Amino acid sequence: MRIDRVGLADLARGAAFLGSGGGGDPHYGRLLAQAEVARHGPIEVVALDSLPDDALVAPCGWIGAPTVSAEKLPNGREAAAGLRRLERLEGRKIDAVMPIEIGGGNGLAPMIAAAQLGLAVVDADGMGRAFPESQMAIFNIRGLSACPAILTAASGSTILIEGSDNLAHERIARGVAVAMGGIAHMVEYPLTGAQARENAIRGSISAAIRIGAAIREARSGREDPFGALFDALRGSGLYGHAGELFDGKIVDLERETRAGFSVGRVIVEGFGGGEQLELLFQNENLIARRAGQVCAMVPDIITIMDRETADTITTEKLKYGQRVKVIGAAAPRLLREARALAVVGPAAFGFTESYRPVEALNGWERD
Amino acid sequence: MRVGVDVGGTNTDAVLMEGEKVVAWTKCPTSPEVSVGVAAAIDAVIGKAGIERQSISSVMVGTTHFTNALVERNGLDRVGVLRLASPSGEALPPMTDWPADLASAVGDAVFLLPGGYEVDGREIAPLDEGKIREAARDLRRKRISAVAIASVFAPLNAGMENRAAAILKEEHPDASITLSSAIGRIGLIERENAAILNAALTTLAGRIVVSFESALRDLGIAAPLYITQNDGTLISAARAAAYPVTTIGSGPTNSMRGAAFLTGCRDAIVMDVGGTTTDIGVLTSGFPRESSIAVDIGGVRTNFRMPDVLALGFGGGTRVHLDPALYRSNRLDESSLRIGPDSVGYRITEEAMIFGGGVLTASDVAVAAGQARFGDPARLPSFSPAALACILTRFRRMLEEGIDRMKTSREGATVLAVGGGSFLIPEPLTGASRIIRAPHAHVANAVGAAIAQVGWQVEQVVNYDSVPRATVMERLRAEARSRVIAAGGDPATVEVVDVEEIFLSYLSGRTAQVRVRAVADLGSGFAQAEVRGEATSGVIDAH
Repeated sequence: MRIDRVGLADLARGAAFLGSGGGGDPHYGRLLAQAEVARHGPIEVVALDSLPDDALVAPCGWIGAPTVSAEKLPNGREAAAGLRRLERLEGRKIDAVMPIEIGGGNGLAPMIAAAQLGLAVVDADGMGRAFPESQMAIFNIRGLSACPAILTAASGSTILIEGSDNLAHERIARGVAVAMGGIAHMVEYPLTGAQARENAIRGSISAAIRIGAAIREARSGREDPFGALFDALRGSGLYGHAGELFDGKIVDLERETRAGFSVGRVIVEGFGGGEQLELLFQNENLIARRAGQVCAMVPDIITIMDRETADTITTEKLKYGQRVKVIGAAAPRLLREARALAVVGPAAFGFTESYRPVEALNGWERD
Repeated sequence: MRVGVDVGGTNTDAVLMEGEKVVAWTKCPTSPEVSVGVAAAIDAVIGKAGIERQSISSVMVGTTHFTNALVERNGLDRVGVLRLASPSGEALPPMTDWPADLASAVGDAVFLLPGGYEVDGREIAPLDEGKIREAARDLRRKRISAVAIASVFAPLNAGMENRAAAILKEEHPDASITLSSAIGRIGLIERENAAILNAALTTLAGRIVVSFESALRDLGIAAPLYITQNDGTLISAARAAAYPVTTIGSGPTNSMRGAAFLTGCRDAIVMDVGGTTTDIGVLTSGFPRESSIAVDIGGVRTNFRMPDVLALGFGGGTRVHLDPALYRSNRLDESSLRIGPDSVGYRITEEAMIFGGGVLTASDVAVAAGQARFGDPARLPSFSPAALACILTRFRRMLEEGIDRMKTSREGATVLAVGGGSFLIPEPLTGASRIIRAPHAHVANAVGAAIAQVGWQVEQVVNYDSVPRATVMERLRAEARSRVIAAGGDPATVEVVDVEEIFLSYLSGRTAQVRVRAVADLGSGFAQAEVRGEATSGVIDAH
């Protein structure tokens, strides 16, 4: 599969949905990738199974504050510099890149280097959605090391982090990103082909493209974009169940910053009045309660969308009065294993409710 | 006394106001050369009021002319763009995502130069004066004198943009320079886009402002001229000539501010029914609610503060498509009826049936139903009560759906009916707890221009871990207030109207971007003061 200009726009739309309210607006990521594709031609996407066991695969992403990234834009050579540094360290060539996180702006992150260096992008990622911290990647959950990891600033400065503690890595990387001006490119969790095949979230890039294309085509054919979205998710083989959790208007919104995270609560009220949905977020949407009953919880995907256009509204863009649909989708299977739920399940975010799948909570099992 | 003028696509409206009283008003057709229509409208209100020209203290004009120029790619200048950001931002050069026709009209004289600031105030790279001189000489050779300068985090520190402008001016004295820091907010691409669009309007804006000024001179009016901005505040004519892009969304703002003034309602939904469209906006605390999405101007993404307006294709000149054989039908099938979206627009006085024309318009139906009395009802065909009811129900449903899309709470909203076609708003209306029709509501937009205020916005990035939030807020509020007074605002009426706080998640500590906006009525010293609506900014203790 090759990704061209239109494919990148579809990927951006799909990645925004998979961000579950977080991951940042992929607008700039799309523009950057489109500019590189215009210079270097389309990007090759390969399946996980095509990787040799001893291939070197480098997950890429941006770390820092989305607000800063809207002002201080990349130089464009950060990813290539980080990847070259990894190659020198490993004494060999990188065979392929992948997004560390498919959700939000990072879903587009590896496309820039892939276009510049002629590298293939693996149809997979490390989160299957968006999460706020590096150690929430499936690779940490499954015991792989984040290091060596390389951060690169727009100036070209690079920092190498080595060590065995993935939590310490996340804290150091966060601090380095601040020192680099609030945003930096990071190559982390370098993988062998075998490790990638066994642990990565399989098929998430093609799923995101499929989601974005479905919404685009439904809009241009004046069909229901939500019906098309659900069909695309169910047909993706990765996000097997999906549906509408709620339809209404935002009638209350509270937010504050705690330890660098945007934490808050949004209330959506049905148009007939009466029934409400309460959604709690910490950068990403974490738990939805409809009429007081939990109807979706992390790591399942909960995304608020404009009810007319099916544009994803990230948590930082939520506003009082917006007319929205709240959409739920099943998380990839790997995120629902017990060892994953310990790191990215409700308890990891401080909720006392134990995890129940979104399809069980909404009677979607037979969809 | 003040004159307020609103130049729309169809009509140029003017009002003469003394204090809070509308002394005279007029509606004239908009002329191809806009200043001719403006002069005619001002002359008409002065004539109606029978006053001396010397008693006019100020003239405020709102115009859609610059928007139209951008949308039509008409009369634009080629622009030189200096971006101070390198090495950051090189992956996305200026105008990357622009429509090709607009980008080619504006040209490709782009310079990516070292500079810009980090969010914590450090320099990304020092300014390279030699490279700026080179760029300036290059632009001069190419005879490009409209220039846009944008640096990273310029809303927090405009120092580099100012310095670059001074150097550029030394090498290229004819240059007209737009600084991004003077017109935009955080978001480099969007702010740079706005600066480039502004620079592209340099010649046109200069010409329009001069034509307004000479029209006033020809009328024997010595009072100063002001132009209204997107946010409902004023800038001097000289500043509007330099920053035309800040005025392009002023139409809906003026109409909403005028509605608030005429009714005394500060929280309401405003329905402005014109000849072709109905603009529905929301007033909160007397000001228009702003759009939360990126504002697209002529296909270019910007981040202006613009009113959140829903435009429905429904106005006084909207065509009602119905087979004349069905006018007397007793059971009209919904599918045989279509409302608009086409409109006869300004030709309503020739084409509508009540004026002897052959086109059935929304106004004809309103007159037939007794909702309005104008034109000649005798020229209307006869309608069955069922047919009339069916058409009116469709009108009603369009408006009710529009209210529902804009209102933010389940309770009914107060609706302020304004504009020349406001007779089309029926009562009662679902979603509206009450509908207020104020005297002079048909010229609310011109009233909004006449009562426009002086404004100032202060924007800073603050770290609440080093300075308590309350201290920061108090400091910023005080600065915004004193800036408004310095800009000519009446100290007795200064008011902080908006405080916005955006937390910069993922930065250490509690860092937020805070914007405080204050406004005031014109003070008596206003005529002499230079009105400046721009933002001031800086970084407080961020690290």
